Formats: sequence, structure tokens, C-alpha cells
Amino acid sequence: MTTQKPTATRPTDTGPLPVRGPGPVPVTLTVNGAEHRVDIEPRVSLLSALRDSLLLTGAKRGCDQGTCGACTVHVEGRRVLACLTLAIACEGRPITTVEGLADGDELHPMQREFIACDAFQCGYCTPGQIMSAVALLDEGHASDDDEIREWMSGNLCRCATYPHITAAIRAVRDTTSDPS
Amino acid sequence: MRPLTYSRASAVADAVHAVTVDPESAYLAGGTTEIDLLRQDVLTPGRLVDINDLPLTGIEETRGALVIGALARMSDVAAAPAVRTRYPLLAQALEAGASAQLRHMATMGGNLLQRVRCGYFRDTESPCNKRRPGSGCGALTGVNRGHAVLGTSEHCIATHPSDAAVALTALDARVHTRTTAGHGAYHIDDFFLLPGDTPHREHPLEHGELITSIEIPDTPTARNSTYLKVRDRASYEFALVSVAATLQLEQGRISGVRLALGGVATKPWRARRAERLLLGAGADRRAFAEAAREELADAAPTPMNAFKVELAQRAVVRALESLA
Ligand SMILES: Cc1cc2nc3c(=O)[nH]c(=O)nc-3n(C[C@H](O)[C@H](O)[C@H](O)COP(=O)(O)OP(=O)(O)OC[C@H]3O[C@@H](n4cnc5c(N)ncnc54)[C@H](O)[C@@H]3O)c2cc1C
Ligand code: SF4
Ligand code: FES
Ligand code: FES
Repeated sequence: MTTQKPTATRPTDTGPLPVRGPGPVPVTLTVNGAEHRVDIEPRVSLLSALRDSLLLTGAKRGCDQGTCGACTVHVEGRRVLACLTLAIACEGRPITTVEGLADGDELHPMQREFIACDAFQCGYCTPGQIMSAVALLDEGHASDDDEIREWMSGNLCRCATYPHITAAIRAVRDTTSDPS
Repeated sequence: MRPLTYSRASAVADAVHAVTVDPESAYLAGGTTEIDLLRQDVLTPGRLVDINDLPLTGIEETRGALVIGALARMSDVAAAPAVRTRYPLLAQALEAGASAQLRHMATMGGNLLQRVRCGYFRDTESPCNKRRPGSGCGALTGVNRGHAVLGTSEHCIATHPSDAAVALTALDARVHTRTTAGHGAYHIDDFFLLPGDTPHREHPLEHGELITSIEIPDTPTARNSTYLKVRDRASYEFALVSVAATLQLEQGRISGVRLALGGVATKPWRARRAERLLLGAGADRRAFAEAAREELADAAPTPMNAFKVELAQRAVVRALESLA
């Protein structure tokens, strides 16, 4: 076996890192293209900062432990769970929420198809589903229904609207990738 | 959630120094274990040192190995062409884990250090030798359907939950680290510790020792490889049993094989006994089943998880059959 316990190679001579908190500290978040300054404790999740400080209540708190997907937002263009992300760790990393998808009064195609396909009942999971679905098409994992289901498995729906969600995603995929 | 202080490091030496000198501190990578368990009061650091800005995200082909930075995300590693062609079992193991959102967040270093999913570990009201050494083990006589049958001790029977670590164990990976004193490297077999009398010690790292990369030696036989994961739902669930396997045949005989099991043991389990039996044997169902039986011979199941002994053997046979 090739295991070596750490051996000295060179000393380190770095100064201490700045420490922030535990009380509220100013944090700058870029959400849907706009900069916001909030005073929050470092322990505050991105989900709480969005909902409670910025009053962007699209992202939902389902489980608060990474299992349901209701809090899905985009950070640096990738879908992530806002409940397991610290807001302070998102400084310098642009955030998009469901509130930022529409272009003025013009809904995002995914939002339109969720309505057209009747892809929600209570609607609690819907913002997370939509944010996940938009990212899914960017990631290119929607070639067939099986692939859509697998790559959307991180978004649970208590109302079991899954077939309609799959239909909405398929519809957007087919309109946006149709070359004609 | 407890109050916390926060620092963001942009240089490896700063991060290592900050955590090493402060026993109350912990690294924050993707946060998918750390923030979850902080919120449950299972982990209680007073300070998080955010390492997401460290330049440790590369996936590099070097002479004789593939080197994956500790902060490379699970999704990026799974998508990397070098991983997909050279180590299909690793790409499959990564994509079978968690969800698309979690894989964008979770890092390779954090994946190795993720904590067990044992319900008693996650519940601060329950006894748990891992969380509170000496307090007892709630799972031994409790709900232990998901727990381990191999590598257990009378002090802990929790399963190691990582999928990627099972593939990396089959691949003889090495874990590279940094401390304030210098560099370290661990063969993956030495990286995960059996619970024994000290279930709270899961790995040999010192406080503040930072994983910097994971090195996978060239393994030409891994091009014919697979990761089979058996679980209670089709997706987004931890393994009941999983098998990472590579297989190489010459004239119908097995000339190369790697086998590792997940979901059944207290650490990612390299099935060396089975490998020894298989080497040189014919690539048929009977040989596969015999090797699987031998590997599980020492299994110590509970009434609730006894099904895993048979399930693991069948999974080994199925994984190998798919490669033969
Ligand atoms: C709902 C859910 C489902 C999941 N399903 C699966 C699954 O099916 N399969 C699977 O394998 N995993 C699964 N996971 C676990 C997930 O893969 C891990 O939580 C993740 O890989 C941890 O990585 P991270 O970067 O988020 O680590 P963090 O949470 O940031 O860190 C984890 C621990 O490692 C330490 N740490 C992190 N990086 C380093 C480093 N470079 N050096 C030293 N210490 C470090 C931290 O201090 C912390 O203690 C699941 C998680 C959740 C929440
Ligand atoms: S199995 Fe291990 S982790 Fe679970 S309660 Fe027992 S000691 Fe704790
Ligand atoms: S609220 Fe974040 S995953 Fe459920
Ligand atoms: S529409 Fe009710 S949870 Fe999905």
C-alpha cells in the first residue's frame, strides 16, 4: 500500500483569515440581476435570505434538509438547493429564482408549458420543479421520458403531478430544439 | 441552527492554517452534509471556513493516473470525458447518487467525508457511539434494516453511504492531503476505518488536514466496468446494496477483476476474497455465485437486514454477468 502520513515539506507563514459573524454582517447578493445588501448572520441559508430578507417567496421551504427540491434555485447558472446553501457563501455568485425567469410580462416557456400542461395542483413544489426543469434542458438530459424522470428525481411532488411535469418539459424541449 | 462565524479562504495554506489552529472550526465545501447536520445539531462547529474558492477543481490526466481536485463537483466529474471513458463505474456511481441539484453542489472531498445516514446518528436524543462516544448504539437493537452486515462491531453497524467511494475503492484510488506541516497521501483502503472500538474515528485525517485531490491510477481493465445500485426507489435514494465491478477476459477466463461493495459494510468494501477466487476462473454464473458467497461468508446480519446477504450476492452475480 502507498499510504504516507503527512511529512513536513515546508512551513506555512500565512496570516489569519478575516472572521465574520456570528452576529449579523452585511452581505451582498445578486439576485435576478439586481444587487441587494442584507444584514444577516452567517448561519442564514440562502433560502431564508431570499424568503425572509428579500421577500422573494417563490423558492419554497419543504424539508429544509436537502431531500425535496422545493427550494431549487440557480447559482452561477446551475440548479442547487437553497436550503443547504449559506447565503453568505453566495457573495459574488449570481442567483436566479423563479421570480427572475419571466421577461417582463412574458412568461418563460417553461412557465407557460406548466400552465398549458396542468403540471401542478397545490403548487408548493412548482417553483422548484420549474427551476429544475429549466436547468435540466440546459444540461441536455431530456432525451426521453425515462431520462427526464431520472434527472428530475430531486424534485418531489406530493400531489403526484409527475406525468404532467414530464409533458411540460417535453413540450419546451420540442419547441426550443425543433430546427424547423 | 447554532450561531456561526464564517471565513472564506482563497489559498490552500490559509484554509489549512485557519482550521488547524481552531478546534471549533470545520471546512465548508458543498455543504450538503455539513449544513444539513449543523441544522440537526449533530455537527457543532462554531466556525466554517469556506473552501469553495480554492483552486482544487481540476480533473487532470497525468502520467499513469487521473487526478481529481477535492473541490471538483460530483456532476462535473461524472460528465468529464476522461472519467466516462476510462472509469465508467465511477461516472455511473456518481450519477446514481443524490440528485442533480445535490451533485452540482457536492464535492469529491466532501463525498468521501460525508457522514452516515443512520437515523440514530442524526437524532441527537438517541444514543450513538459515533456522535457521542460511549453513549451506546441505538441501531444495534433498533431499526437497522439499512445497516451493515460486514465490518461491523458491537459499537457501530452503520453503513458507509457514499457511492463514489465504492467505485474509488475498486480503483485503488489515493487520497492526497495538506496539513500545516506538509503533504499526506492515503491508499483508499487505509482511508476508511472500521468502527471497532472507536466508531467516532472514520478516517485517519487530523483536525485541519485538507483533502486536496483524489488520484486514480490507470486501470485499463476499468474500461469494461459497471456500478450496480439496488435501492428502495428507482432514483434519489441511498443503496441497500451496490457493486462496483471491472472485468477482463482472455479466452473465456477471467484475467482481471475488481470488485467493491457498497450499502452492506461499515466502509466501502473491497471484495478481495471474491477477486482471488475469480481470477483465472471461467466467466460463468456458477463462478460468480461462488465468489459472491465466499465474500459474504462472514456476514453478521441482524434479523432486519438479513436480506442483504442474499441481495448482495445476487447483485455481484448480476454486475459481473453484465460485463462478461
Ligand atoms: C438528500 C440527500 C441524498 C443523498 N444521496 C446520496 C447518494 O445516493 N449517494 C451518495 O454517495 N451520496 C449521497 N448524498 C451525500 C452527498 O453526496 C454528500 O453530502 C456530499 O458528497 C458531501 O460533499 P459536500 O461537498 O457537500 O461536503 P460538505 O458538506 O461541505 O462537507 C462534508 C464534510 O467534509 C468536510 N470536508 C469537505 N471537504 C473537505 C476537504 N477537501 N478536506 C477536508 N475536509 C473536507 C467538511 O468539513 C464536512 O465535515 C446525499 C445527500 C443528501 C442531502
Ligand atoms: S450504528 Fe453507528 S451511527 Fe448508528 S447509532 Fe450505532 S453507533 Fe451510532
Ligand atoms: S427545502 Fe431544500 S430540498 Fe427541501
Ligand atoms: S403540486 Fe402539490 S406538491 Fe407538487
